[in-house]
Amino acid sequence: MGIFDIYLLEAVINGVLLGGVLALLSLGLNLIFGVIDVAWLCYAELIMLGMYGMYFLYSVYHAPMLVAAVICIAGVAALGVLLHALVIAPLLGTPPINQLLATGGVLFFLQSAATVLFGVEFKNLGLRLPVLKVSALFISYSRLLAFVVALAGMVLVYLFLTRTYTGTAIRAIAQDRHIMTLMGVDSRRIYFVTSAIGGGLAGLAACLLVLQYDVHPFIGLSFGPITFLICVLGGLGNFVGGFIAAFVFAELISLGGLYLDLEWGYVFAFAFFIVMMFVRPAGLMSRRS
Amino acid sequence: MLELRAVRAGYGSFQALFDVSLEVRRAEAVGVIGPNGAGKTTLMRVISGLIRPTAGSITMEGTDLGTIAPHRIVEVGIAHVPENRRLFPRMSVEDNLRMGGFTRAARAKFRQRLDFVYELFPRLRERRFQLAGTMSGGEQQMCAIGRALMSDPRLLLLDEPSAGLAPVIVQQLFELLGRIRAAGLTVLIVEQNVQQVLHVVDRAYVLEAGSIRAAGAAADLLRSDSIRAAYLGV
Repeated sequence: MGIFDIYLLEAVINGVLLGGVLALLSLGLNLIFGVIDVAWLCYAELIMLGMYGMYFLYSVYHAPMLVAAVICIAGVAALGVLLHALVIAPLLGTPPINQLLATGGVLFFLQSAATVLFGVEFKNLGLRLPVLKVSALFISYSRLLAFVVALAGMVLVYLFLTRTYTGTAIRAIAQDRHIMTLMGVDSRRIYFVTSAIGGGLAGLAACLLVLQYDVHPFIGLSFGPITFLICVLGGLGNFVGGFIAAFVFAELISLGGLYLDLEWGYVFAFAFFIVMMFVRPAGLMSRRS
Repeated sequence: MLELRAVRAGYGSFQALFDVSLEVRRAEAVGVIGPNGAGKTTLMRVISGLIRPTAGSITMEGTDLGTIAPHRIVEVGIAHVPENRRLFPRMSVEDNLRMGGFTRAARAKFRQRLDFVYELFPRLRERRFQLAGTMSGGEQQMCAIGRALMSDPRLLLLDEPSAGLAPVIVQQLFELLGRIRAAGLTVLIVEQNVQQVLHVVDRAYVLEAGSIRAAGAAADLLRSDSIRAAYLGV
């Protein structure tokens, strides 16, 4: 294999690995949107708090990595429930713009609060995870780990949604929220469960991202916009569409970064998004009705 | 079994029901007929808790429905097959049925209820993994009725079950009503199809502009000149 082929293969593999994490990010947001019909603009800021949680638990308080991760996931899940109880629930039934403004407000609140509490310094776990060498390829262990765990997390959510009564109700409410009463379902309870899952997924994403990135109060800006674009590209609320869109985006970023600079990868991805919005405004997987 | 006393209901400032009183006795089949916009669907929605009455009372076997949360009404034995079926279109037939049996009591007898529904509608068993939204209108109506039966109700509310179905399917549907009654269910049915519904129910109420205008045995209503003129086109 020529050296260029190896770079290409590495870029494709890195794209797939990134896609797994992006898919996890978009699943949480999609779930909230599909079920509760609100967009958590502050979703990436929940991830930021989760990353700080990991930093403090692991680096400052020296908790074992797995224990820190479990606490972190549970903590962000609780934040999701809190967000729903304090901000979303009182605004359900009001015009959608109110919910957008409110969660947008929470975004700035969390950014500012993090700046005050934690300062603007970049922090990291100080881990040095090895790089795997497979024949002539170099693959980052942390990326591989993030990919595998993200996939496992998504499988778990899939099983929950398809094998349990509550999960079935979550899928059903996304299709017809007005008749859930007739099924004997308390929609408010389902909203809380969904918020907890959405928060938990953000927590899991935080655990994986903190292995690869430094945390700072504005780290959410690195993941938030792209997560939203993926959800829109896949069709808001469409889980399968979001999953596929995540990999499309990740490959565009990774391959664009290979041929030009890393920043150009993002330019490609966002340009692709804009074009697609003209071609398929309802998303890649839009259903013709 | 079910008793409505002077029930008022509406949407916002629009009042759809004005002091509606009616009664359904155990093992009866009762029809509600009336023109479009008379409040028939509102009547069904207020019984099953989709909207709350603004005045009056609704009791089911002694339970005042106003005192329990709307999603608990199905637990006292009322199942509502809503207008336009309202299946979960991108879920399988069996997942739709599973949602119908969501309550704690219904989960315990899921298999038994499922067998009952599949026996009633063998077609649903054949299609149990198919997405509900991809079936024909008649099959979807079967699925909607099956979903309601999954909660093991004692009272079945049917809102316009024949709407949008081919005449031969409508015929089958009304025949099916007999088998549902034979299984011990009480039925309250709203229908545009006045001629056919009056042949399968015991009694009927005539709802016009949100008020009960007439009531009586189905056979008497079929012979009534005003009913014949208004609804049967003779």
